[in-house]
Amino acid sequence: MLGRRGLVKMIAGALALSAMTLGCDKKGETPADNAAQHAKDDAEWKVGAYFSLSGEETAFGVDSKEAIDLAIDEINKAGGVKGKPIHVLYEDNKSKPEEATNKVLQLIDRDHVLALLGEVASSRSRAGGIVANKKKVPMITPSSTNPDVTKVGPFVFRACFTDDVQGQMGAQFIVNTLGKKKVGLFFASDDLYSSGLAKEFREEVKRLGGEIVMEKSFLKKETNFTTYINELKSANPEMIYAPIYYTSMAPVARQAKAAGVPGSMFVGSDGWDANELLRDAAEELDGAYFTNHYAPDVPWPNSQAFVKKYKDRYNRTPSSIAAQAYDAARLLADAMGRAKEMTPDDIRAAIQDTKGFQGATGVISIDAERNANKPVVIVRIKDKQFTYYATVNDKAAKQ
Amino acid sequence: MEKIVNALITGLAQGSMIALVALGYTMVYGILKLINFAHSEIFMMGAFAGLFGIAAFGGNSAPLFAGVAGTLCAMAFAGVLGVVVEKVAYAPLRSRGRGLANTRITPLVTALGMSVLLQNLAQLLFTARYRGYPQLLPIEHTRQVIFVTSILVMIGLELLVRRTWTGKAMRALSVNVEAARLMGVRTSRIIALTFLTGSMLAAVGAVLYCLDQSQVYPTMGVVIGNRAFVAAVIGGIGNITGAMLGGMLIGIIGEMTKLTPYSGLQDVLVFAVLIGVLLVKPTGLLGTTGTEKV
Repeated sequence: MLGRRGLVKMIAGALALSAMTLGCDKKGETPADNAAQHAKDDAEWKVGAYFSLSGEETAFGVDSKEAIDLAIDEINKAGGVKGKPIHVLYEDNKSKPEEATNKVLQLIDRDHVLALLGEVASSRSRAGGIVANKKKVPMITPSSTNPDVTKVGPFVFRACFTDDVQGQMGAQFIVNTLGKKKVGLFFASDDLYSSGLAKEFREEVKRLGGEIVMEKSFLKKETNFTTYINELKSANPEMIYAPIYYTSMAPVARQAKAAGVPGSMFVGSDGWDANELLRDAAEELDGAYFTNHYAPDVPWPNSQAFVKKYKDRYNRTPSSIAAQAYDAARLLADAMGRAKEMTPDDIRAAIQDTKGFQGATGVISIDAERNANKPVVIVRIKDKQFTYYATVNDKAAKQ
Repeated sequence: MEKIVNALITGLAQGSMIALVALGYTMVYGILKLINFAHSEIFMMGAFAGLFGIAAFGGNSAPLFAGVAGTLCAMAFAGVLGVVVEKVAYAPLRSRGRGLANTRITPLVTALGMSVLLQNLAQLLFTARYRGYPQLLPIEHTRQVIFVTSILVMIGLELLVRRTWTGKAMRALSVNVEAARLMGVRTSRIIALTFLTGSMLAAVGAVLYCLDQSQVYPTMGVVIGNRAFVAAVIGGIGNITGAMLGGMLIGIIGEMTKLTPYSGLQDVLVFAVLIGVLLVKPTGLLGTTGTEKV
């Protein structure tokens, strides 16, 4: 198929390519050194961001980008960091993990960014995080809660709490705050997020002296929950913990109401945080609670300032994803300001040292495992709205 | 006991819905010996057409009227789409494929292609987001309405097939297409009618399914399509009563598994029953061995 000339060209090309890579290697420069060198010469500090700006989860990416733009504009208006403004380079990973890998590579090798922000979905954060860690460029994910994400290495951080913490907080809220001892548990057995939360919840309820009277699990693709709900109901639980996505929760809520189980018996997790849930099942879920990172009416001054700024600029209420991205961007800028030298390594150390950062989603400290230690908010569904109900303290879970 | 009765009612409702979809598979197979893999996507498209139809006819403000009108919209759209799929993906192969060795494989491949095409088209048109379905009937009665509607529609189909000239022609085609043609039956028209009927049944199933599940999304056809296909095979593919029986059986097995702690094994059990049935009776429960002519 390939003519002789084509073959020669290919070999020549391959040789040229390998010579180029060898050439780079000879200088003995790591991507991090490169970035530091470029940072000195540039008029701006370059930060990379990779999000799902197209594809299935576009909404996540767009919300994040808008909030990061808001945060960075604020910082730059106030004089930037160490005398220079921050410039964010966005890349679209099309909602695909393999694209996340590519885009992170591009941002580091081509653009020489000092640090990275991204992604929302844990699968993509993990894909990008592996590259960032290998290239020794610090990365902060604003909202990936899967515990594995930060385990890839010392350069990957998160600005949100993990699923472990959220499951424990759900249990503490039900047993300690609401004072209910008999709990039903309902989760998707073939979904990592859901079954992970269920596991933490189960252990914490037992530790707190509560009892799981009935446990039912379904497959993610399930659409009729009537029989499950009847089973749960038959065990007479006082509350039902359902750490599932809003896509399942809407039919669950409707069918539960039909079976005589009121929505106010349910406690969920941040997978519920979507306007679709309000659209499809606001009435059925009136009085239900879920653990979250933030609520638009949370009475913290930082949060309210952020909500106002976001509304002024984009004319809508910020989502939880937006609030988290805003915090991640400002947390990174804060760390860059504290870094000894403007090198990826020193920025990494500064992020690691973050203590008591005043964010829109509460006060954030980064722990030794590079996870954020911060409050968990309980949101209540009332009058077809997500409303702030209470804050549960993270530290109580770790005693 | 009450639990079992409750699960049985849910199972019957779910099963009758699966059966409606299974009928489309079985009717097409009965006549063309073709598995129409695009059927699950016609189901999905029917659901979307129903959603828009219901909204256009008043939605929640006039639940009964909007429900009926929306269902008719869904049936009309899915029916036409079914015929289009047949004309685009299967009919040309039938007229050109004669004499080729792979006449059974090619339409199977185009069927799979059609399925992928329709699913992606839906994602392009409607995005991958879940859309909410208006709640037209009191949710307590959804199961009963699903069951009764499905049974009525199935009785209608039975009358069509047994009592009308078209039905007679369909049955004739299922015995021997060539002979029917020689006897003056306009075969391509009857085939189109079969696709039309099967797709309309799927659309009714789709609207009922959405009323129960409250959501529509482009990949929704996959799960129910699989179950309906298995139902058709268990009942004896090509046999209409068999498809109904298979659907009910799968619905009831599914709900019964949910009562046990092993609800994750629902599909395992369904497929185990499938294998079991096929081992004992390779043609399915009500299937008959056709006389193969050489």
